[in-house]
Amino acid sequence: MTPKTESAPASPLAPATSDTPRNELLQSVVEVARAIFGAAASSVLLLDEETDELVFRAVSGEGQEFLVGRRFPAGRGIAGWVATSGEPMVVDDLSTDPSFDRSLAESTEYVPDSLMAAPLISDSRVLGVLEVLDASPQARSNVRELDLLAMFARQAAAALRVITPEPVAPASAGRALEGAEREDALRLLGSLEQVLRGTG
Amino acid sequence: MGATGATTAATGPGQGLTWSLRGRGPEDVPVLGDPGPPGGHPTGPATGRGVRVCVVDSGVERDHPLVGEPAASWVVVKDAESGEITVEPTTTGDTCGHGTACAGIIRRTAPECEIHSVRVLGERFSGTGDILMAGLRWAVEQRFDVVNLSLSTTRARFAQELHSLADSAYFARTVIVASAHNTPVESFPWRFASVISVGSHQEDDPALHLYNPEPPVEFFGPGQNVTVPWLGGRTIRTTGNSFATPYVAGLCARLLSAHPRMTAFQLKNALYLSAANVRHEPNAQRPPRPSTAAGDTRDDSED
Repeated sequence: MTPKTESAPASPLAPATSDTPRNELLQSVVEVARAIFGAAASSVLLLDEETDELVFRAVSGEGQEFLVGRRFPAGRGIAGWVATSGEPMVVDDLSTDPSFDRSLAESTEYVPDSLMAAPLISDSRVLGVLEVLDASPQARSNVRELDLLAMFARQAAAALRVITPEPVAPASAGRALEGAEREDALRLLGSLEQVLRGTG
Repeated sequence: MGATGATTAATGPGQGLTWSLRGRGPEDVPVLGDPGPPGGHPTGPATGRGVRVCVVDSGVERDHPLVGEPAASWVVVKDAESGEITVEPTTTGDTCGHGTACAGIIRRTAPECEIHSVRVLGERFSGTGDILMAGLRWAVEQRFDVVNLSLSTTRARFAQELHSLADSAYFARTVIVASAHNTPVESFPWRFASVISVGSHQEDDPALHLYNPEPPVEFFGPGQNVTVPWLGGRTIRTTGNSFATPYVAGLCARLLSAHPRMTAFQLKNALYLSAANVRHEPNAQRPPRPSTAAGDTRDDSED
């Protein structure tokens, strides 16, 4: 079961004109998430409701070179549960489990030992999932870290909504938001990282 | 067995509805009560035997050694064209592992209870809440003794319907044990007083539950770093309110197996009495009663 790879964004959340700042934002999200949790990898998967799939949109660490654009069914696996339930989740000891999430493992060509995942929710709408793979042992498996990831994912989703206007919004509104609002969104993430590191 | 349409009428007032005791006295409404176990602690022989527990989640793996074969497995299906929602028997097991994990926690807490599964996740991305709603309604209609719901919906449009459903369950002695959302957001049905709501504490004791003196989350169970059954007959460790909830559901099953006449409010009281942080000091100075919305005596009747 080889996941599909796409060359052009299919999500309605991804108007071509705003791709550059959005990609910059998403890359920043995964890099900050990876740094906060001392993780081997982090990725953002966005929901494509039309095809009922989750699509890798940004990756930091393992899989960075080839994962972006790959898709898998949105109702399956841990990421699927997180997207559907809107709840964060942490699982450990996965590498001892040969049945773990085969489609994901095959698509990533990397089976992690642990996985943290939180929904990207803004305004009661699930946009996708933020995953952190193989966080450092001190930074996983407790409720506090789960809260931290969920908070960060919520912040990232809010920034994503700011930077990527609703498709129904007038095209001019999208362009108008890019400059200052993009700066704001990225600054927001930067300051959040500082806050999180301070409390971590 | 025929499928149960989720569009069937809501559980309405039953026969013998008693609005008031006109012309009848106490002798006309006798109740054989059960005080439950002393201190609320389920005792050794309370194994969950005879108690029907329904896991509303991602399904339950069919032959996991730590769970056993579910007594029955169902799936909520939404027709893509007509939008009609039905509940049908299924052999698909678990699409993710989460439901199996919940069932495993219930199994080890109440080893002899009967576990049923209703899958409300995994067909398609179903974040709208209507599938969840239909699965829960079906479970209440089947009159399960305990329903484990490690899920909630943030969609406000389902709140009223869920509220009515939770009340129906409460009066029909189906106790819904529902996870609080892991993040501080408004979601349902765990917010309602007619369900038993559960969050996670951070203690290592796998047999510890706590009462929350500051609801709406009423109880905390072990939800951190919990070893749970997962897909493929294996186990993993995981964290979240999701996993504290089935522990409390299992406790309810144990209580009911030894005291089958206990009501939903008695179960809640037993959980309260047996919570590790609730002290029983007969001579302790009585603290002031926590304040409530004093003076709120408004009549809520529609007319």
